[in-house]
Amino acid sequence: MSAASFDPVAAVLLIPIGSAALLAALPGYRLTARLNVVASFATFLAALSLFVIERPQPGPYVLVDDLNIVFIVLNTFVGFTTSIFSASYIAHELETGQLTPLYMRFYHAMYQTMMFGMNLAFVSNNIGLMWVAVEIATLTTVLMVGIYRTHAALEAAWKYFILGSVGIAFALFGTILVYMAARPIVGEGQDGMVWTLLIRHAAAFDPELLNVAFIFLFLGYGTKVGLAPLHAWLPDAHAEGPTPISAVLSGLLLNVALYALLRFKILLVANPSAIAPGPLMVTMGLVSLIFAAFMLYRRRDIKRLFAYSSIEHMGIIVFAFGMGGPLANFAGLLHMVMHSLTKSAIFYAVGHISQIKGTQRINRIRGLTVTHPVLGWGFVAGVIAIAGLPPLGIFMSEFLVVSSTFARQPLLAIALVFGLLLAFGALTLRLTSVAFGQPRGSSASADASYVPMFAHLALVLCAGIYLPAPLVVWFQHVARLLG
Amino acid sequence: MHSLAFDVSHTLAGGLVLISFMMLYQDRLYSLLNVFAFHAVVLALSVAWQAFVQQAPHLYITAAIALVFKAIVIPVALHRIVKQLGIHRDIESAVGIGPTMLAGMALVALSMVLMLRVTAEADPLAREDLAFALSVVLLGLLVMVTRRNAVSQVVGFMSLENGLVLAATGAKGMPLVVEISVAFSILIAFIVIGIFLFRIRERFDSVDVSALDDYRGEHR
Repeated sequence: MSAASFDPVAAVLLIPIGSAALLAALPGYRLTARLNVVASFATFLAALSLFVIERPQPGPYVLVDDLNIVFIVLNTFVGFTTSIFSASYIAHELETGQLTPLYMRFYHAMYQTMMFGMNLAFVSNNIGLMWVAVEIATLTTVLMVGIYRTHAALEAAWKYFILGSVGIAFALFGTILVYMAARPIVGEGQDGMVWTLLIRHAAAFDPELLNVAFIFLFLGYGTKVGLAPLHAWLPDAHAEGPTPISAVLSGLLLNVALYALLRFKILLVANPSAIAPGPLMVTMGLVSLIFAAFMLYRRRDIKRLFAYSSIEHMGIIVFAFGMGGPLANFAGLLHMVMHSLTKSAIFYAVGHISQIKGTQRINRIRGLTVTHPVLGWGFVAGVIAIAGLPPLGIFMSEFLVVSSTFARQPLLAIALVFGLLLAFGALTLRLTSVAFGQPRGSSASADASYVPMFAHLALVLCAGIYLPAPLVVWFQHVARLLG
Repeated sequence: MHSLAFDVSHTLAGGLVLISFMMLYQDRLYSLLNVFAFHAVVLALSVAWQAFVQQAPHLYITAAIALVFKAIVIPVALHRIVKQLGIHRDIESAVGIGPTMLAGMALVALSMVLMLRVTAEADPLAREDLAFALSVVLLGLLVMVTRRNAVSQVVGFMSLENGLVLAATGAKGMPLVVEISVAFSILIAFIVIGIFLFRIRERFDSVDVSALDDYRGEHR
């Protein structure tokens, strides 16, 4: 294939879906686990090539712009590292008989289908197609969450399915309302759903219809983001599914829903007489942050703990985007990237920890740094990063969120800092009990893949110390796009 | 002609809301499934009428999908599942019929007030349709909330999706993408549901969701 005919967008979509079909057909887990890694890597390369190859013109279905390229590259990168982690994690599950070879095939095929759904959601220029893509990604993860078939896993999957479906139904209703608002101006048919056309004419749309549409979209996609009153599915789904899935759920699927929300936010901001989406997002973000920070104290299950931490961080991100303006948007974008990298690194560590110890109960895990130094200290580094301590990347993005809030709304900043400190306290409390002290539980040697975890942590550390200038310029540009 | 078009689609959409109300007070699974099948038939009629009025032939496909899958295939399949599991006798509802009906009325009033106000500019055909569609969606949600049985939650979810189809077809000229996706989602959803029902059955010898409540992940 010559460079001229190489289409990175098609590759980002076709590699996952093609390999999903292949992985469903192939037996033998060693081969398929490797193939999964190779396919994810190829997708990542294709995504990277979007930077160098000239972008396709926005068509009725596909759009690549400065905003979604960030999401796509992050998505495929974490998808790739998670596939490496998944290979070693799954090998252990097979040894202990938690999963059978048949389920492995299903698992790998679903993994790639999910990647396909997420990439499709990012590149789609059509709000209907975006909805379909989010639905594909959701349904595949529902099946993955229930894969262990234990009582708890089934309950989690059922709850996820029901709440996710209601959310996605509201999102569709909102999408239909946006089309209704666009129809008198853009015209009937396909054009009424193409995002680039919508944004061009958004100022002329009926503001009242747009307002109601945004409420539905916010409730619908907000359920998927895991915002506070609608978060009930998230802790269960994270705690009961296989850990690689927890990593991609936290690191990626929440971003997909957030991305959809951001697209509609831009649309709403473009219409001067519609309500400002900011206050709504700020409120929900703060509520999620403070609620999750309180919930962190009562967790006894380690994966559930970090699920609540995801709610907390999504709250911060939605808060930052709700504040708006170049600085807050920049901070929100940076925080999103940092959170994806850190949270998936933590889940890699937690996955191996719970496999070694044979439990997810926090009080049965003690003294990790003594029995498993590499894993233990990696875990410590991850928790320090997620708690927002310097010099790691999350400190920097949280600092930016707080300082930009102080400059504009000092009272909100107090609430924000309160939530951050609360969560910080809970995380350090749990960290000291798990990582230090008298060792407890099994001390069997870990057959773990450390590369993905430390690669993520190294990136987070780099970002905390020094952000490359081109990246800063890029993010500033995207922050201005977000309005 | 316009007034006839309006009256018929109004009647059909209003009929859907009424049938949603009928779902709220069914206290046996078989009768709930029958009412759902009826719901799907009325939806198919409504979509077909929209196809005729809007002269949009692709909507006939949506109508056919609604008729074949939702009115025949899915209810029959669910009938069989209910029979195999031996759970046809009653539905354990979490809330009594009286409060449920009152809540249903409140939801319909809410969606009328909301949609009729914001769609003042739109053409009356789409306007009424949207208001009714939102009512059907919210009533479907209510069915899901007030029932504890997995099968009736599924029925609630599907009636909710019927409301979405009604809204999508009411929006004139909405591209085919949506119809396909809705049909597609129902199919996938049904596969998911089928798998889960059998898994739940396998594990608990019951499809009562309250049996699941004992297994909180955390044992609080």
